[in-house]
Amino acid sequence: MSRPEHLAPPEIIYGGDEAKKYTANSRIAAIQAEMAGRALELLNLPEGFPGYILDIGCGSGLSGEVLEEAGHIWVGFDIAPAMLEVALEQEASGDLFLQDAGQGMAFRPGTFDGCISISVLQWLCNADKASHHPKQRLQRFFSTLYSSLRRGARAIFQFYPENDDQIQLIMGVAVRCGFEGGLVVDYPNSKKAKKFYLCLFAGQEVPGMQQQ
Amino acid sequence: MLQCHVKGCNANNFPLELQEVVLEEQEAELNEDFLRNMLGKLEYEALVATCLKLNIQDLPPTIPEDAAYNDDFLQKLHHALLETHVITGKMVCPNCQHTYVIRDGIPNMLLAEHEV
Ligand SMILES: [Zn+2]
Repeated sequence: MSRPEHLAPPEIIYGGDEAKKYTANSRIAAIQAEMAGRALELLNLPEGFPGYILDIGCGSGLSGEVLEEAGHIWVGFDIAPAMLEVALEQEASGDLFLQDAGQGMAFRPGTFDGCISISVLQWLCNADKASHHPKQRLQRFFSTLYSSLRRGARAIFQFYPENDDQIQLIMGVAVRCGFEGGLVVDYPNSKKAKKFYLCLFAGQEVPGMQQQ
Repeated sequence: MLQCHVKGCNANNFPLELQEVVLEEQEAELNEDFLRNMLGKLEYEALVATCLKLNIQDLPPTIPEDAAYNDDFLQKLHHALLETHVITGKMVCPNCQHTYVIRDGIPNMLLAEHEV
């Protein structure tokens, strides 16, 4: 199977027409929504709690829709302008940013109650430019993410790891940045349906911090 | 909710200063539980200062003691946070002067190679 992240950088792969096609494809949309739903479930937010959630690689807002339906307010960023354009056309409810996860993020400390990311993390392991060092980019990514999360918040990444080394690399960097957590594998025995979710916890909950 | 993320720009990098702003108002459903959740995280002074620059003058200078259950205050906070959108403009870092351009309501947070 060819992996899109080996062909070109994401902002090229998901440029113009591809962005529209990707969003209009109902099978892809259904799988995205299902994975976003599962990620939200793994976030384990208190029942009825309207959280402020970050969606990394929000694309055209498919996963944001799932967050919105569950009563959350979301903020999303993506590196592909064409995807964000589609999100605007679809009147996505979240605030959108054009941002490269590997450059880190600029949110204030403790901003978010949780983070989800669907089919993005494997892109960060690529070196699309000579100046890209995957390990450094992961480091920058996880350290700024850690800081932007409320203590005790979770970050759930559905992703397509290429091999065990890649999982080890990602986990290693995340742990060095302060996260705890592990890997959840859904349908481990089905080649087609198998899904990986990296579940990270940003430290311990501070009592009384969550709701006033 | 944003600070500058240029490499080495770690102090006095917040709040980003909005310039040449075009605002748009979009009605949104009032969600009091969400606003209560946000109260604990807001850097209120920075919010008020930013709002004043944008000519939004209805937020009180300090956060009311009964903020969580003050309907009038929550309504104003809701308007400032969720119903006011910057459609075009610039955000300038008070420290390194990096300018983040906002177009179609989307801030461009991409950095040049030497800023990473
Ligand atoms: Zn700066």
